[in-house]
Amino acid sequence: MPQVTLTVNGKQHTVEVEGRTLLVEVLREKLGLTGTHIGCDTSQCGACVVHVGGEAVKSCTMLALQANGSAVTTIEGLAAADGTLHPMQEMFREHHALQCGFCTPGMVMSAIDLVNAHPAGITEKEIREGLEGNLCRCTGYHNIVKAIAAAHPLMHAKAAE
Amino acid sequence: MAFEGIGASVRRKEDVRFLSGHGNYTDDINRPGQLHAFIKRSDRPHAAINSLGTAAAKAAPGVVAVFVGADLAADGVGGLPCGWQIHNKDGSPMAEPPHPVLAIGKVRHVGDPVAVVIAETRQQAKDASELLEIDYTDLPSAATMPQALAAGAPAVHDDVASNLCYDWHIGDKAIVDGIFAGAAKVVKLDLTNNRLVPNAMEPRAALGDFDTSSGDFTLYTTSQNPHVIRLLMGAFVLHIPENKLRVFAPDVGGGFGSKIYHYAEEAIVTWASGKVRRPVKWTAERNESFMSDAHGRDHISTAEMALDAQGHFLGLRISTLANMGAYLSTFAPCIPTYLYATLLAGVYKTPAIYCEVKAVFTNTVPVDAYRGAGRPEATYLLERLVDVIAHDTGIDKVELRRRNFIPADAFPYQTPVALAYDSGNYQVTLDACLKGSDWAGFEARRAAAKAQGKLRGIGISTYIEACGIAPSAVVGSLGARAGLYEVANIRVHPTGSVTVFTGTHSHGQGHETTLAQLVCDQLGVPMSQVEVVHGDTAKIPFGMGTYGSRSLAVGGAAMVKAMDKIIAKGKKIAAHLMEAAVEDIEFADNTFKVAGTDKTKSLTEISLAAYVPHNYPIEELEPGLDETAFYDPKNFTFPAGCHIAEVEIDPETGTVEVVRFTAVDDVGRVINPMIVEGQVQGGVAQGIGQALLESAIYDAQGQLLSGSFMDYTMPRADNLPNISVATEVTMCTHNPLGVKGCGEVGAIGSPPAVMNAVVDALKDYGVRHLEMPATAPKLWSIIQAGQAKLAAD
Repeated sequence: MPQVTLTVNGKQHTVEVEGRTLLVEVLREKLGLTGTHIGCDTSQCGACVVHVGGEAVKSCTMLALQANGSAVTTIEGLAAADGTLHPMQEMFREHHALQCGFCTPGMVMSAIDLVNAHPAGITEKEIREGLEGNLCRCTGYHNIVKAIAAAHPLMHAKAAE
Repeated sequence: MAFEGIGASVRRKEDVRFLSGHGNYTDDINRPGQLHAFIKRSDRPHAAINSLGTAAAKAAPGVVAVFVGADLAADGVGGLPCGWQIHNKDGSPMAEPPHPVLAIGKVRHVGDPVAVVIAETRQQAKDASELLEIDYTDLPSAATMPQALAAGAPAVHDDVASNLCYDWHIGDKAIVDGIFAGAAKVVKLDLTNNRLVPNAMEPRAALGDFDTSSGDFTLYTTSQNPHVIRLLMGAFVLHIPENKLRVFAPDVGGGFGSKIYHYAEEAIVTWASGKVRRPVKWTAERNESFMSDAHGRDHISTAEMALDAQGHFLGLRISTLANMGAYLSTFAPCIPTYLYATLLAGVYKTPAIYCEVKAVFTNTVPVDAYRGAGRPEATYLLERLVDVIAHDTGIDKVELRRRNFIPADAFPYQTPVALAYDSGNYQVTLDACLKGSDWAGFEARRAAAKAQGKLRGIGISTYIEACGIAPSAVVGSLGARAGLYEVANIRVHPTGSVTVFTGTHSHGQGHETTLAQLVCDQLGVPMSQVEVVHGDTAKIPFGMGTYGSRSLAVGGAAMVKAMDKIIAKGKKIAAHLMEAAVEDIEFADNTFKVAGTDKTKSLTEISLAAYVPHNYPIEELEPGLDETAFYDPKNFTFPAGCHIAEVEIDPETGTVEVVRFTAVDDVGRVINPMIVEGQVQGGVAQGIGQALLESAIYDAQGQLLSGSFMDYTMPRADNLPNISVATEVTMCTHNPLGVKGCGEVGAIGSPPAVMNAVVDALKDYGVRHLEMPATAPKLWSIIQAGQAKLAAD
């Protein structure tokens, strides 16, 4: 079987995969990183979003072999070593932007990429349109939008430090 | 310490694990030696199975076993039971055809499970399922209720005449017919309530784990009510006694009703695990969710209101067809009867109501409760009908509602359809919502939109629902085959921290926080020292689970009762330690005090004495501080309120945008305002989804056309507005917390508010009624035809 080497949350792994194995399957089944979820089979829901090379990717839509040699960040890799949450995680908690928690990891990873892509500021419309690829069934998105807007200045202030 | 008790928007205890990827959902759990199951499902709506060849699949790489319906039947596995029996008008019981775990002889809907392949990996199981040799003969199918009820229709079940599950009614038809005969005016409306797919974001999963040492079975499952699953599966399907069967529903990623029911896959993996003597896991792909999770709604109704000359409601007459799908899901029969027809009084003093309901088998996925369950169907019917009455009579739609409201001083109020409302104030929620939505300023906004070429409309819904399900004796007399009380065990540990074991289940509602707040409030223990445990039959004495907005009204009440027992026992211990009479001991703020003195003992001192009973009234009192209570509610609870939607339609495309949504709800006492607001917003989003976007579509043969997120429109962030939520409070009078429940109000109140707004926006085109969902193509066609007609006139 072919091998794939990935640096996931700063740690390098080499695992055997089938040609058809998806990145999300490697993360969940081979590396035990079950924070990344599978919510659909048509690349619609975004529960599986991770960062590959710093950009949001639906890990159900990428073959593990395509990610060979990449740096991958999953939801487990966001908080600091001492447990301090990433500003986006913290704002999701502060603004009650999650209920069942199932879409949350993908939602947070997409939201970080979205905020990174709008350094100068982000409007509510841009947030709502930017979340097109992530489904949430619990919150009605209202508090997710609020959380992302609140995280924007915190993330960019941090980046400016 | 910040205030953490009742009324505080405490941030959720469960969030850190969810936000950091450390949730523990069923599919995250893996057991040593675990195998994977793939369920082969029918790809056709109705067919006879002539033969089912498994040899090639069994020989495929990695395959450990293949089982079909006959294997389960030979082992004595029973069919899936139904938890509610409805009786026909003539008193005879409903038709209750068998519901095999794996199909036997026939398949009856797309998605009906036919065989299970168990292999070392999920891919091997799935690959091998392609090698199953199933020879079908297609049979004519009954895809819709009108098809199923037509003369000579194909029979979904051979022994169910006319595909009729039951023909039920409530109310006195002769009295209501008499009222109609003498009424000044009758307004009639035909309407459908569109079929929905619940689509919790976590697909269902089940992991069966047979312990070869003890002979015990453990089922890990995505359930809202693990004790109910243990009861149904253990007693009726697999015949495993409770002491040998543990059901654990860990973190569950949304339910909305769809994870109440006992599903075939739970029985399959549990049974198969015993056969292959290894753990067996199954996780649904989303396409399986679409064709095997119970669907919701799907009613066709005719509603008529008899009115006097002033627009007072005199009598309501309803006839409804309710789709059951191909088999009876666990609670399906009660949804279009006791959770629907009993709500038809709404917030109005309509003195006489008659409703008849025919429940129909079709070759479709079973239909059961989905957020609101019966009450959204009743509310949609009633609130659309009220708007149509306003349209037909010319009476202002707000004034018409006010004129017919049950007055605030009329509680308790007995409706003509069995329910007795304990409290409410519909005028107050209406007034607050009119103000919050700036109803008075709407015509100016309509004119401004018109100047921009947009069609703007406003819609209102004044709803009520019944939840806090439910008084056991009442539901028992109506056909429920279970009690609907709730259970709480409160364990005060030796050093004063507390674990709550609740029979309710949290799958997004935030019980680990809200229920802990009750402990903060009553025992004065800080949140950081309270743990809420739910979902595990091995830990929790018993429980009926979470649905019908019952967790606080019933489960919270059980906690209060158990904590009362803790305090009562603590007082006896405190009296002993402080050498006072028990009657003189007071408890407040975590402290027992001798009244009128400065002598006190903290709860921690008392709990330590209870577990280290060196100086203790051991002759009269057992050691320990651990109490259990079962609470059976005295009545349903009746949240009510007002929702107002404002929409703008682009006539060029037919696209509807909800530009403003205002909800003012009375959910009784509010424990955590932040969580209540989130629950209402989520429910409203699902209601807007039903009104504008969502619909489960079958073709004429019964093939499911909307079988994925590619073709079933889930609401996305850019389909929804900000949702303004406020509360007004009248206390529930019959539970100790005064709570009513907030989980379903959003999905109940909002669909008619949105549809009333859409119809209002189209009023210049002569639109009186429009079926959900109000999709862009539908509206574009109406606008095109309307514009042509206006031009011709």
